[in-house]
Amino acid sequence: MSAQRETTTRSERPALTPLTRGNPAALDVFSARLLPREDYFSAGHRACQGCAEALAVRLIHKVLGRNTIVATATGCMEIISSSYPDTAWKIPWMHVAFENAAAVGSGIEAGLRVLMRKGRLPKRRITVVAMGGDGATADIGLQALSGMLERGHKMIYVCYDNEAYMNTGIQRSGTTPFGASTTTSPAGRVSIGQQTWKKPMPAICAAHGIPYVATVNPSYPLDLAEKVRRAQKANGPAYLHVYAACPTGWRLAPDLAIEIGRLAVETGVAPLYEIVDGRLRLTCPTPKLRPLVEYLRPQGRFRHLLSEDHKDELAVIQARVAAEYAELERRAAEDARR
Amino acid sequence: MSGPIVAGKPVGMEVSIAIAEAAKLADVDIVAAYPITPQTHIVEHLAEIVADGDLDAEFIPVESEHSAMSVCCGTSAAGARTFTATSSQGLALMHEILFIASALRLPIVMAVANRALSGPINIWNDHSDVMANRDAGWVQVFAENGQESLDLTIWAFRLAEDKRVSLPVMVNFDGFMLSHVVEPVTLPDAETVRKFLPPFEPLQRLDVDAPRSLGPVGIPDIYTEAKKAQLQVLLDSYGPILETWGAFEKAFGRRYRPVETYRADDAEILMLTMGGLGETAMSVVDERRAKGEKVGLVRIRLWRPFPFDEFRKAVAKCKALAVLDRAISFGGPMGPVASEVKAALYADAHRPLIVEFVVGLGGRDVTFADFHRMWDETAAAARAGKAPAPRMVGLRE
Repeated sequence: MSAQRETTTRSERPALTPLTRGNPAALDVFSARLLPREDYFSAGHRACQGCAEALAVRLIHKVLGRNTIVATATGCMEIISSSYPDTAWKIPWMHVAFENAAAVGSGIEAGLRVLMRKGRLPKRRITVVAMGGDGATADIGLQALSGMLERGHKMIYVCYDNEAYMNTGIQRSGTTPFGASTTTSPAGRVSIGQQTWKKPMPAICAAHGIPYVATVNPSYPLDLAEKVRRAQKANGPAYLHVYAACPTGWRLAPDLAIEIGRLAVETGVAPLYEIVDGRLRLTCPTPKLRPLVEYLRPQGRFRHLLSEDHKDELAVIQARVAAEYAELERRAAEDARR
Repeated sequence: MSGPIVAGKPVGMEVSIAIAEAAKLADVDIVAAYPITPQTHIVEHLAEIVADGDLDAEFIPVESEHSAMSVCCGTSAAGARTFTATSSQGLALMHEILFIASALRLPIVMAVANRALSGPINIWNDHSDVMANRDAGWVQVFAENGQESLDLTIWAFRLAEDKRVSLPVMVNFDGFMLSHVVEPVTLPDAETVRKFLPPFEPLQRLDVDAPRSLGPVGIPDIYTEAKKAQLQVLLDSYGPILETWGAFEKAFGRRYRPVETYRADDAEILMLTMGGLGETAMSVVDERRAKGEKVGLVRIRLWRPFPFDEFRKAVAKCKALAVLDRAISFGGPMGPVASEVKAALYADAHRPLIVEFVVGLGGRDVTFADFHRMWDETAAAARAGKAPAPRMVGLRE
C-alpha cells in the first residue's frame, strides 16, 4: 500500500487552462467556493466506497440545478439511487430500461417542448439529461444515443465510463481498455485480458456534428463544472464522457479514486478536452506525459501487465497512449488556427 | 389524400388513413414511430398532417421500434398525449418496453396492424404478433372493420387517460385485410371528439416543481405487491371500459361491448373469432341460418382484461363452440385463444364442446368454403360428443 501511495504523491501538476481563455463567451467560471451548495443527488445512496461515478453524478447535478429532469439507464447509478421506497433524487427522475435512456430522454425533451409550444405548460428552461454507464452507452444503447444525437434533441447525454459492466459484476464492455482483466476478459495463461481497444465514444458523438462534446473527470471538479454548464447552454445535443473510477471493479484502493483520476489525465490515458462546434481544445494540456505504469500499478485489473511476460504488450499500450495524445494535441493546434 | 374529408358522412377511406385521422381528431401531442409494413400508412399520413400544420404535434422519427416505445414512455411521462403504431417484428422489438410502459402506468395509445412474425419473414396478416404480447399488461382490443378501427382509436385515449385506469391501450386491426382496404368510414366532427376526450391530465408527470422518481428498483420485499397493484388496476379497468363505451355510444351512436355476439341467442353451434374474420363469419352465419341451422357468432372485442363473465354468458347455452386462432402456441396447446377459452370454462358445470382451428396464418385466405367446413366439422363433433384434435385449416399435406 505504501509503495502505491508513494507513486501517486507528487509535487508538480499540470495547470488547468481556464475555459474562459480564448472563450470570451464563457461567463461561468467556477471556483470551489462558488460551486452551488445544493445537492440534487443526495447522500444516503448505496454506492460502493470510493465510487467516483457517484461523485461525478453529484457534481454534475450541482451544476445543472433544480430545473432538470433525468432519464437513467439500468446500471449502477440506477440501482444505488432508487430502491423503492427510497430515492436519492431530489429532481424528477425516470428509469425505463437498459439500452434506451437516450430515447426516453428524447421523449421527455420533445414532450416538454410540444406542451410548452401548445401553452399547456408554462414556458421555462428545463434541462433534460439522459445518463448511462459505458455498457448502456457504447454497447447496448449506442443506437438509441445515435438516434437522439441525429434528431438534434436539445438535451445532454452523460456517459459514466467505468470501463466495464460493473453492476453485473465487472464484465468487459466496448470501453474496457486493452489489457484490462475483467470477469469476461480475464487475464490467463494464454490471454492478456481485454484484447480490443477502447471504443472512441466522444469521437463517435462528435462525428454526429453536435454542438458540444467534452470529456470530464470528477478529479477535476472545476473543469467538470464549467463543461457541464457549457453542455447545458449548448444549442442542441451535448455529450459528456465522464471518466469514472470504480475501485470495486478496478481493484483499486477506495481512497485512491481521486488520485487515479488525476493519473489518468497526467499519463494521457484519459485526456480532458472539449469539442465545440467541431473544434477540439485540450482543457488540461499535459505536454510531458507521466509513464503509463504509474497509472496501471495501483489497479489490480492491470497488475498482470507489469510482469516480465507482458513487457512487449506494455510497450505497445504505452506507445498507443502517446500516439493518441499526440493526435489530440495536433488536432487541437490545427483547430486553434482555424 | 386529396380533397377535404367531411365529418359526419360515410366516405371511402383507407383504414390506415382513418386511424391517422382518429389520432388527429384526438389532438395528439406526440407521434413517435418507425416504418414497418403494413402499419406505415398510418404514420405517413400523420407525418403529412403535421408537416402541413393541420396538427400541432411533434412527429419523432425514431431509429427503431424499441426507441419508439421508449420515446413514448418519455413523452407520456412528460404529460404529452402520445400515439404510436407498429406491426409484427416492430411489436416484437418493443416487447421489453411494453411491460414497463404498463407498469409505469403510462397512457400511451398504439395501433397494431396485426402481421405474422418471422420466420420465414412474412408481411401478411395473422395474430402471432399480438399473442406474443398478450401478457404485457396493456388493455387490448380488436377491431373488425374500418369504422371500428377509427372509433376504438379515439376511445382508446379516453380510456387510457382515465385516472382510474392510466394504462396503455393497444388497438389491434388486421394488417392488409384492414390496413390497406378502402372502407366506408364516418369521421366524427372535431367538436364532438373534443367533448368526448378532455385534455390529458396525467396521473403523474415529471415535474420540476413536484419531483418524483419513476421506475425505481423493486426488491423482493416490494415486487409482489407492485405486481398485484398493477394487476388490480388492469382488472378494475373493466368498469371504466364499459362506462367509456357507454359515453362513446352517447356521443357517436355506435355501441361496443367486451364480447359481441351475432345471432347467438338461440344458437346451438357458435363460432368464436377475433378481428376482421368476424365480418366473413357473420355472412356465413346468415347463409346457414337461411337453411334453418341454429348457428351464431361470438367475437371477442376486449382481449385484455379478458371479459370472463360476459364470455361465459355468451356461450352458456350452446352445445359446441368452434374457436378460430390466428397464431400458434408452439409446443403448448395449439391456439392461444382456444387455450384461454378452455381455461375460462374449465370450472363451469356447463361446458360446450370446444373445437379448435388455426386459420389464416401469414395472410392465408380464409374462404366461405373454409368457414362452412369448420361449421360442418363442429356440428359433427357436437353430434359425436367428442372434439377432434386441433386442426390447421387449409394446410397442404
